Amino acid sequence: MEGLGETPRIGVFVCHCGINIGGVVKVPDVVEYAKTLPGVVYAENNLYTCSSEGISKIQEGIAKYNLNRVIVASCTPRTHEPLFRAACEEAGVNRYLFEMANIRDQCSWAHMHEPEKATEKAKDLVRMAVAKAHLLKPLEEPEIDVAPSALIIGGGISGMTAALCLANQGFKVYVVEKEPELGGMLRRIYKLYPSMEDASEGLSRIVNSVRSNKSINVLTSTVVKQVTGFIGNFEVVVERANGETMNFGVGTIIVATGAANFEPIGMYGYGEYDNVITQLQLEQLLKDGQLKKPEKVVMVQCVGAREEKGRAYCSRICCMNALKNAILIKELYPEAEVYVLFRDLQTYGKEYEEYYSDTRRKFIQFINYVSERPPEVTSEPGGKLIVRTYDVLLGSEIEIDTDLVVLSTPLVPHEDAKELSQILKVPLGPDGFFFEAHVKLRPIDFATDGIYVCGTAHSPKDTAESVSQAFGVASRAAIPMAVKRLRVEAITAMVNENVCTGCGTCVRLCPYGAIQKDERGVAKVTSVVCKGCGTCASSCPERAITMRHFTDEQIMAQALAALGRVFA
Amino acid sequence: MTFEPRIIGFLCNWCSYAGADLAGVSRIQYPTNIRIIRLMCSGRVDPVIVLETLINGADGVLVMGCHPGDCHYVEGNLYTERKVKMLKKLIARTGLEPERLHLEWVSASEGGRFAELVRDFTNQIKALGPSPLAGEKPNPVILENILAAKSAAEDFRLRVLVGREKELIEKGNVYGEKTTQEEFDKTMDEALRAEYVRSKIYFAVRKEPQSIKELSKRLDLDPQMVLRHIVVLRRRGMVAVDRVDGTTPLYTALEVGR
Repeated sequence: MEGLGETPRIGVFVCHCGINIGGVVKVPDVVEYAKTLPGVVYAENNLYTCSSEGISKIQEGIAKYNLNRVIVASCTPRTHEPLFRAACEEAGVNRYLFEMANIRDQCSWAHMHEPEKATEKAKDLVRMAVAKAHLLKPLEEPEIDVAPSALIIGGGISGMTAALCLANQGFKVYVVEKEPELGGMLRRIYKLYPSMEDASEGLSRIVNSVRSNKSINVLTSTVVKQVTGFIGNFEVVVERANGETMNFGVGTIIVATGAANFEPIGMYGYGEYDNVITQLQLEQLLKDGQLKKPEKVVMVQCVGAREEKGRAYCSRICCMNALKNAILIKELYPEAEVYVLFRDLQTYGKEYEEYYSDTRRKFIQFINYVSERPPEVTSEPGGKLIVRTYDVLLGSEIEIDTDLVVLSTPLVPHEDAKELSQILKVPLGPDGFFFEAHVKLRPIDFATDGIYVCGTAHSPKDTAESVSQAFGVASRAAIPMAVKRLRVEAITAMVNENVCTGCGTCVRLCPYGAIQKDERGVAKVTSVVCKGCGTCASSCPERAITMRHFTDEQIMAQALAALGRVFA
Repeated sequence: MTFEPRIIGFLCNWCSYAGADLAGVSRIQYPTNIRIIRLMCSGRVDPVIVLETLINGADGVLVMGCHPGDCHYVEGNLYTERKVKMLKKLIARTGLEPERLHLEWVSASEGGRFAELVRDFTNQIKALGPSPLAGEKPNPVILENILAAKSAAEDFRLRVLVGREKELIEKGNVYGEKTTQEEFDKTMDEALRAEYVRSKIYFAVRKEPQSIKELSKRLDLDPQMVLRHIVVLRRRGMVAVDRVDGTTPLYTALEVGR
């Protein structure tokens, strides 16, 4: 293995990043300083190290000066480490023998008016990187086989869409649905906005496709009980309604468990008056043709959503859904007056805004209320309801007597989401929905490789958005299954068996179940399951665990270098 | 010359380090003193590393992780919280100001909050003044104490306690018996005191063989207590009788890992 046992020959490439770094930090000074550090055999500055020219300079440097460690002092490793690592690897230096000094995001940009101090800090950051580079070890990323099969948890529109996508690409799919029927929330929906087609039509089409697809194994009235293993090699235990359990292996897992509708017990007379209902209940009445002709209908938006404490989020679908049902009522009973009491009407996108204009043309009344003075619902003899609210536009209190109050309530996480999150060892966000690896860059992946999320299990969204995410998630899950073999992260924990006493502390606290005791009672790490957090290493009572690439020695070397120590 | 504190930051890759990057991207300015070490998770922060950093003269140590519930590794940050709590208690025994160690949660979207926290912590450390362990001549008493603290933090007992704390309180032991936070804190405080004193005894007898009486005077501790600690240290194979002076045994340290 290259680099092992060799004297470090470190190359330092200091980036100007145009004027982003060079305009504050004296880059040539940093280069000269780097040259004085032990082990550094070459240092230069680049206008843009990440440009193709900069990359070739690194690779030329590696060849010319026989470098076995490379440091780039530039931006953040969070964005650019993969690029530079790949460049090193191409030039024959193990990708883990690369280190970065963040002298832009955490230096020149943050200290723009203190060029002297920023330059000193940049030197320190380079010294810290050099100190760590001395102790870097080449690491190999283990290769594993990926089983060409997927488990999809949830047989709603998202889960079924993803299932069909994967099955059509030739993968074996298990769809596990806790209800006796496929379809999820969509089964309770009447029409879809903005096209106004029947939800049941599209739904029965897709249910039939799923049912008749030979690659898809549908397990209804079934729940996931246990999941062990890792990407490519998950072992799943499910339980049928009759208590029978069933085991199978899959390569990837998709969470498509959907969401529940919030029950606004005690709000606006819900649960107290029969004619205060939720949009979902209205949907059912419309679907069954059971809605009696009302004189007036009042809809209240944001019920139990966008709260200061509690459910802070916007449920995203309620505005459009209220408009849809308002139109449906108007079409059914043109003389009925429909009022929508809203805080902010969010009909985003081109089609939806047009839809909103349409409701205005249909003489649906919109009244703006504020959360500090929410509407009040009371009843009067004879079964009529009185809705009082402060109208922002009028600047005064108004009163509407009505036959029906419809509350727009948010989608909320299923009660069993927490249990499933623990079974899969994936996180839930603060609102209780499943939490993605990165809000922008990895929106449908979990941090755990091989597990993905789509649809309303992740956050409130409408059918079109759920379907898009399902397509996305199927594509994400297909990647490792199509490639068949996979390199996994080498930043993993390692147990010194001679020191381990088998106390089991690490076994208990590993969030991924990556550590088990072997037959000798010694802790053993399953590298492909380990995500490299290092909590085990910092907690091991015997300090028997080494965290690769973030060892105690490497971290201490950086800390001491930061305090001025120069390492030879 | 004005005092420019040397502050070491241990930041997790996913939230706080990203928050620090965002502060830069947003061109939010903050003092230059902090030197950030990137870790994958704040859970990686070993109590020994923190103490070692302070021993080597850092004026302040700032640990930052994801907000509870946001941890990329589910709850590594919550283990850190418990470790920092333990460390602060331990540091308080040494004469060094526990305020030199600080834990904060910063998300990837909180560039402004990151800068503000760094500014506040830098000012707080400036107000405290240089660490008594910094510079050419570190305060010998505090140095000896914090070396004992480090030795205690390396010890099995404290590490087991802090590593299991979360489990014992939230899930219970293997028999399903839960411990209350109050009960746990009592046990932890007792263990901290005992292990710290034992480390001090160990360091004292490593310098030169001493009697119980001498140790009791030196550590300002009841001779009965010293004797009890000596018994434990002997059982652990860390201390042995060096020689008997008249009828008084003198104890010495054995070379062990800790």
